[in-house]
Amino acid sequence: MSDKLLDIRNLTIRFRGKRTVHAINDVSLSMEQGETLALLGESGSGKSVTLKALLGLLPPKRTDIEGSMHVNGTDVLSLSGKALQRYRGGEVSMVFQEPALALDPVYTVGHQIAEAVMRHKGVSKSDAMSVAHDMLERVRIPSARRRLSNYPHELSGGMRQRVMIALALACRPKLLLADEPTTALDATVQIQILLLLRELQKDFGMGVIFVTHDIGVAVEISERVAVMYAGQIVEEGTTREIIRDGRHPYTRGLLAANLHDVARGERLNAIPGAPPALETRPENCSFAPRCPLVEPACRAGLPPMRTPAPRRRVACVRAETPIAAE
Amino acid sequence: MSATDVETYEPLPDTGGPAQPLLMVRNLRKYFPVRGGILGRTQAMVQAVDGVSFEVKKGETLGIVGESGCGKSTTAKLLIGLTPKDEGEIIFDGIDLGEGLSLKQLRKGVQMVFQDSYATLNPRMTIEASVAFGARVQGLDDPEGRARRLMERVGLDPNRFAHRYPHELSGGQRQRVNIARALAMSPRLVVLDEAVSALDKSVEAQVLNLLSDLRREFGLTYIFISHDLNVVRYISDRILVMYLGEVVEVAPVDSIWAEQAHPYTRSLFSAMPAMDPDHRTKEPPLSGDPPNPINPPSGCRFHTRCRFASEVCKTTPPRLAGLARNAQHLVACHLHDAASGHPKAGQEVAA
Amino acid sequence: MTLVETTAVEPAPAQKPQGYWAGVGARLVRDPLTMICAGVVLALILAAVFAPWLGLADPYKGSMIARLKPIGTTGHLLGTDEQGRDMFARLIYGGRLTLFIGLMPVVLAFFIGSALGIVAGFVGGLTNTIIMRTVDVFFAFPSVLLAIAISGALGAGIVNSLVSLTIVFIPPITRVAEAVTSGVRALDYIDAARATGASALTVIRVHVIGNVLSPIFVYATSLTSVCMILAAGLSFLGIGVRPPEPEWGLMLNTLRSAIYINPWLSALPGMMIFVTSLCLNLLSDGLRSAMNVRD
Repeated sequence: MSDKLLDIRNLTIRFRGKRTVHAINDVSLSMEQGETLALLGESGSGKSVTLKALLGLLPPKRTDIEGSMHVNGTDVLSLSGKALQRYRGGEVSMVFQEPALALDPVYTVGHQIAEAVMRHKGVSKSDAMSVAHDMLERVRIPSARRRLSNYPHELSGGMRQRVMIALALACRPKLLLADEPTTALDATVQIQILLLLRELQKDFGMGVIFVTHDIGVAVEISERVAVMYAGQIVEEGTTREIIRDGRHPYTRGLLAANLHDVARGERLNAIPGAPPALETRPENCSFAPRCPLVEPACRAGLPPMRTPAPRRRVACVRAETPIAAE
Repeated sequence: MSATDVETYEPLPDTGGPAQPLLMVRNLRKYFPVRGGILGRTQAMVQAVDGVSFEVKKGETLGIVGESGCGKSTTAKLLIGLTPKDEGEIIFDGIDLGEGLSLKQLRKGVQMVFQDSYATLNPRMTIEASVAFGARVQGLDDPEGRARRLMERVGLDPNRFAHRYPHELSGGQRQRVNIARALAMSPRLVVLDEAVSALDKSVEAQVLNLLSDLRREFGLTYIFISHDLNVVRYISDRILVMYLGEVVEVAPVDSIWAEQAHPYTRSLFSAMPAMDPDHRTKEPPLSGDPPNPINPPSGCRFHTRCRFASEVCKTTPPRLAGLARNAQHLVACHLHDAASGHPKAGQEVAA
Repeated sequence: MTLVETTAVEPAPAQKPQGYWAGVGARLVRDPLTMICAGVVLALILAAVFAPWLGLADPYKGSMIARLKPIGTTGHLLGTDEQGRDMFARLIYGGRLTLFIGLMPVVLAFFIGSALGIVAGFVGGLTNTIIMRTVDVFFAFPSVLLAIAISGALGAGIVNSLVSLTIVFIPPITRVAEAVTSGVRALDYIDAARATGASALTVIRVHVIGNVLSPIFVYATSLTSVCMILAAGLSFLGIGVRPPEPEWGLMLNTLRSAIYINPWLSALPGMMIFVTSLCLNLLSDGLRSAMNVRD
């Protein structure tokens, strides 16, 4: 177990408040060292909550967490104080969707990266600055030396996201969490950042969890994909398996909704309805109300987790029968 | 029930006949001043839309694509007069805005659906009141009845939703409300500015289906603005590509899908994720971010990022003109103009 | 047939549709502190309004022999003042003037300031510059000083106090109204409303006012306590209400000399001012959170 990069077991997260939200329901997930996994899902599917839980960022007073999370053998849920600080940014770090909000506007980018390096590695200021310089070059920022003394607002969106990546990788984390880091970017910039991340992942040998709602982005970045729906993982497999042989009706619906090769003007096979409100713990298949292939068994209880191949799983009663393309 | 809708749908009468484009835009220009300093003086101009011309035929859907800062949203707001234009003509069904056509009349003929479904609805107004507002302003009879019929048509049961407030609805439901509100004015042209971009993929498909149905049923013409090429291809008849406030290419969908004549368009298309795990994108088609529209590059605005740029591109802005083999396919690039003086002009350029 | 597919089967929220003000009311009722403060303020207002019918002693009739009687004296529950007038009656009657001069200027300033601010914020441009720069001139002076200056120039008296305090409170309300309105003006739903061809006046009436009034209102309620203290202050300084009218600020002044003889008695009007302004402030805070639509 300890040689696994990530081992999440039966994670259940509930937010208490005026109304209870069952954000994550019995999620198990594991990753080997150096893997890239895309967490694919729509808003409210629980993908961002999973990332926040992994960084220990959920407000403890309003959150009930059950289950276990281990990163490189470290029990994340038991961390607190200094140990949690060391873990965040050292072992695991995160790239956010909006670099403009995640970077501190009053410090230069060089200062921010150097600060993080000094905190985690305990090196001198000048050494930390040279690490910062090196990082900016690795994320392909032109004239990196000069950019060190720039403030975030002086950089364009794509450059800011590169700085964010440099900051996240400065302390050589084993696991990088990326929360829709390219969603706010233009298409031609998005592909640059995706390729950059792919290259850095290989160079640094780190694991990456990449949260996205865009199947195309998941294909570009990751080897493996886990599809989330209503706080559960409904399907997991290699990217190839998911794209070529998606078994869960929701996965197939998402693939169709991407419109990649839909004929123009042809009627879309839209998934009807909207995701459930998650006010109660699911007792049957959460997708059943929207599923075109629903059968009585789906409403009777939670769907079985089928494993058609090693490290491949589908939470659907019909997973055994590959669904013929319409 | 759709029969009753068609009866109460009373668009402006067709004045120009079928051959007259529903909307013609000529040389549209909008610069925004950037103020600064102690006295708030204008320090620079954002050239948001600069000399944009195009036309939209009756019943077609024109897709507009481009990256942030390319001026596509400003164009949309200019079309409906939400932002006053600096220069240029807007001709709706053969009648000039400002001459034969008042802004209020134009707004009866052209409606808009915005991206942010929550921000475009007054949080203090019920859904029914929001949908009926426009019809009441335009003095159409029975605004509430109209609102309820349209709510039903866009898939929202009026008995359940009429008295709800925007924050009680999901994003997809709110966008349906926005569509109903636009249709309550019985427009002939609907400008959809990133109208499905903020929706989840599965909900997006529902709304796209709805838009197709409504277009057929009410004989609508759409201008569909989006950054998602797949969506634009699905819904549009023709695609217009903008870069830094200018039109760089306009062509029928199939034509542009087969061949992107402008190097920028080609880059934009290659930047789409591959969707094939065995053939992932290897090389980013462009490096760097789009330049700032405050001080756009001289000549062809794309020359700073273009692989084929030569001297002429830095000095002379290219004109939008039809391709030699397909006059419907317009492009603004010296490569396709044999007389431009570009060393590679007229040659086939490998993608 | 297409309808079946496109009809949203999205689950709608289960709660019953409810008006905005009904929601505000429901939230207020669930907030005990705000309800207590509202009760205190309401009781004070009612007592002040119905003072003549409460069977109180005559607040103007003094007695040379019964001066400065301590709290708890029989016949004078809260004692008597420096001229032997019944304190309890004077405090209740005093509420009439104090609350009137304390609240009325804010009410007037709320209407005038909102109108100015909404116009400035919505129209923008030169109109905005003219209105807002004029308002800025008033901001150059501290509000207390301004009130004293205007009152001093106009002379003492209730009407003059009202006028001067109203003038003092117009600028801050205008400024808040302008800020809120220009914020709302930039929102998409205003654009969407303009896109229907509605006139500026219709857009303001239907879409702007409803959305800016409650934040301005909440801000104005927070000014009432300041206004009451200012009004009392003016009277205290002798440029507000003139004796022998009962008014808390004036009473505080006239009882000042008795502070060594009967400190509790002379503190009574101050206590009234303190309690009322505290309640008004808390009430305003409660309103603010109750009016927040998305919580």
